[in-house]
Amino acid sequence: MSRSFLTKTVFIFGVCLAVSFSLVPFLLFVSSAFKTQTQISSIPPQWWPDFSLKFFRSALKNYGIMHYLLNSIIVAGTTTLVTISLGAFSGYALARLKKKWAHLILMGILACAMFPQIAIAGPIWRFLQIMGWLNTYHGLVLPYVALTLPLAIWILTLFFHEIPRELESASLVDGCTRFGTFIRVVLPLSTPGLFTASILCFIYAWNEFFLALLIMTDPARQTMPVGIALFQGEYTVPWGEIAAASFVTTAPLVIMVLVFQRRIVTGLSAGGIKG
Amino acid sequence: MNPRDQRLYLAFLSPVILVLLCFIIVPIASSFFTSLHRIIIGLPQLGNPFVGLENYRELLRDSVARHSFWITVIFVAVTTFFELLIGLFMAILINHRFPGRGVLRACVLIPWAIPTVVSAQMWRFLFNDAYGMINYAAFGAETARYIPWLAIPGTALSAIIIADIWKTSSFAALLILAGLQVIPEELYQAAKVDGARLWGRFWHITWPLIRPALLISLLFRTIDAFRVFDLAFVMTQGGPADATNVLQLYGYKKMFVEGWMGYGTAISVCIFLIVLILSIIYVRFVGRRLLEASV
Amino acid sequence: MASLGIKNISKRFGKVVALSRIDFHVEDGEFCVLLGPSGCGKSTLLEIIAGLTLQDQGTVFIDDRSVTNLSPRERDVAMVFQNYALYPHMTVAQNLGFGLRMRGVPKEMIGKRIMETARLLGITELLDRRPKELSGGQRQRVAMGRALVRRPNIFLLDEPLSNLDARLRVNVRLELKKLHKQIQTTTLYVTHDQVEAMTLGDKVIVMREGKVHQIDRPEIIYNKPADTFVATFIGSPMINLFKGIMTEQKGRFIIKTQDFHLEYVHDDLRFGNGELEIGVRPEDITVVREAERGLRAKVEVVTDVGAEKYIHTRLGSTSLTARAAKEDSFQLGETISLVIRPSRLHIFHDGRRI
Repeated sequence: MSRSFLTKTVFIFGVCLAVSFSLVPFLLFVSSAFKTQTQISSIPPQWWPDFSLKFFRSALKNYGIMHYLLNSIIVAGTTTLVTISLGAFSGYALARLKKKWAHLILMGILACAMFPQIAIAGPIWRFLQIMGWLNTYHGLVLPYVALTLPLAIWILTLFFHEIPRELESASLVDGCTRFGTFIRVVLPLSTPGLFTASILCFIYAWNEFFLALLIMTDPARQTMPVGIALFQGEYTVPWGEIAAASFVTTAPLVIMVLVFQRRIVTGLSAGGIKG
Repeated sequence: MNPRDQRLYLAFLSPVILVLLCFIIVPIASSFFTSLHRIIIGLPQLGNPFVGLENYRELLRDSVARHSFWITVIFVAVTTFFELLIGLFMAILINHRFPGRGVLRACVLIPWAIPTVVSAQMWRFLFNDAYGMINYAAFGAETARYIPWLAIPGTALSAIIIADIWKTSSFAALLILAGLQVIPEELYQAAKVDGARLWGRFWHITWPLIRPALLISLLFRTIDAFRVFDLAFVMTQGGPADATNVLQLYGYKKMFVEGWMGYGTAISVCIFLIVLILSIIYVRFVGRRLLEASV
Repeated sequence: MASLGIKNISKRFGKVVALSRIDFHVEDGEFCVLLGPSGCGKSTLLEIIAGLTLQDQGTVFIDDRSVTNLSPRERDVAMVFQNYALYPHMTVAQNLGFGLRMRGVPKEMIGKRIMETARLLGITELLDRRPKELSGGQRQRVAMGRALVRRPNIFLLDEPLSNLDARLRVNVRLELKKLHKQIQTTTLYVTHDQVEAMTLGDKVIVMREGKVHQIDRPEIIYNKPADTFVATFIGSPMINLFKGIMTEQKGRFIIKTQDFHLEYVHDDLRFGNGELEIGVRPEDITVVREAERGLRAKVEVVTDVGAEKYIHTRLGSTSLTARAAKEDSFQLGETISLVIRPSRLHIFHDGRRI
């Protein structure tokens, strides 16, 4: 039947289009990390890299991307731990409080995510300066927690809503306290939600640039995004090294996305559904 | 709801409220306050006097600020439009069940997942005037005709617009996907039985039912787009000749490069107000309909 | 083992009154059924007794002590929920033992009790499985087991059979009755199914829209319903109900309806001159062939349920349903005679029995 054949080909064409749209620019860039300098700057472009690791070595030695990587891991990891812990507790509270209040507080929390970073960056910077927390890990983690909490709470509240109240009633009647019920019954059942929120939180903290730029001015403490943005060569732009650093930064993210794509989509679109 | 439980829930909430208060609410209030002063770092002898709305008045006279505003508006309008379009297209694709759907989803998510600065460097690389792929795609091997995209005011803005569209279409796709997934399969089946073809099914079923999700995406994207910074910072530093000097970048320069804290903060407050007004407008006009649709 | 006392309990949710001045008492060891249609407040009452919801007014007494300030944990009641509420992330054994673990019962004792209860309910092979691997009937048993294992003072059961298929329901009903005879725990059982109520309860409390209509033994509820609601709610097929007035003729009482009249016999009847509602159950109407006695009615529909038949007839504007033997046969449109014994009439004035 030619109509369904037509639909199928259009569909496959659409899929190919979407995939190339998403991947081609990225691959073109990242593959440069494995090329040699001449390959990068040649016209016509050399599509297939030599798989030379020269740029990686250079990035490591001359630009110290190990430091950046480590800092990013520490900052993003800590942020995720703190945000998810705080988010779990408050998400549960919001899922169980009276609808009117919960809705109001939730809207307020979401509103906090809407503010432009620049509006809070200055005062935060001054605050951190006074506390002596500039260029420290906690100096960056704390604002990050504030920035990632709204999204985490949003997702976790939705997941906690899904847990049937009867289960909690049964636990109370069985002799658990409300707090105990949260720890023993609700949390174990929310692991998908906790996981999804963690992934999204980690990605956000890993990628954040503006505040990292402001707060971490000491190269020893800077995170990957700052490092990549400020890559300066002596005479030319060191594309090879930048590409290598980008590869290192994005590899964990790409792996995460490949493995957890279903969870990420569920998490983000769940947030979208409830508006 | 017994009082014991209520106390527990409030206890659960308080650390979060505290953190948000400290790092978001208070800074915003402080920004408002700062914007009413003249503060120039590096000239402490001026003493940071209170100047009322003088900063704002100067903003209105500032041609760079006005230019910055319009640049940002153009950016927001164009990116949002294309992102929703491409996002809709991708969402429809992802919504279908087919083998390898997961791979498609992962591929589509990659632009969203990578740091904006990485994608900024990436596009800087691709728009390179000596060996960038974009130039190659447009002009082949005739290097003489290559355009320095990021060095010409007209094309520089287009370049960052393209970069943003690439990066964020997938996020728009996900938001729209949520709306798509709520549409029951039976509606399509009924439509097929009633004789509707592909376009008919889209126009009469998908399009009307997806409008809430589209509006949500529109809201999120518009607000997010006004806050653009990373792309402009990395790709063009606001140049050439302020062609890509978006609002948040301009504010950053004034505050942290030139040290005009008071003035720069006024810019940030303006961005905040714009975003606030937009949210209120959206929530007013759209929220009610959404609440009915989604509950 | 304890008695349960409900005194003057009221509860409203916003503008909706869920319970209004509920008063009753369940004796130690009694199996009491709370019967009523959906929305009558029975589940809310259970939640109040368990301590999950706070009442607006009134007191709950367990063993004559007020438990109002006690948390669910402290009240020592066990509850079987309508949807079972089994912990999905725990095995059956862990589900059963949860309550005991929470109360600090020593491990060997927990293991022993779990085995006892599992044997009692026939679920020993399921102990290592998770709820999602069980069938509906198995889950129901585990839910019962979780309540039983704690040997509580009071059992609360919220429509535990409503999610089972019909045949399973009948079997489990019988088992429940046997179980209660064995364990003798004070039980409050909530249902909307009147067959369950009649077969299981020592005492039945009929509720509607937050109010108690009648509290009695099942036979009394069936044979002497306190008002038209109870009369129509209990009994399947439904009681025949029609309006009429009572007149006196030569020392005998005649009930006059729009289409016919009936003789009524009662010793100490007190009635006004108002309109009455008269009820008679289908099994109390006999179908006879002789045309001389009884009321002439036209057969409209015949329902054959296998063991017996129900004839739906019409006299004028009144519909009457009578029970007939399965061997009898009837033609649609045929005119037959219905005989009603006067002593089997239920008279209601203003909805209430007189």
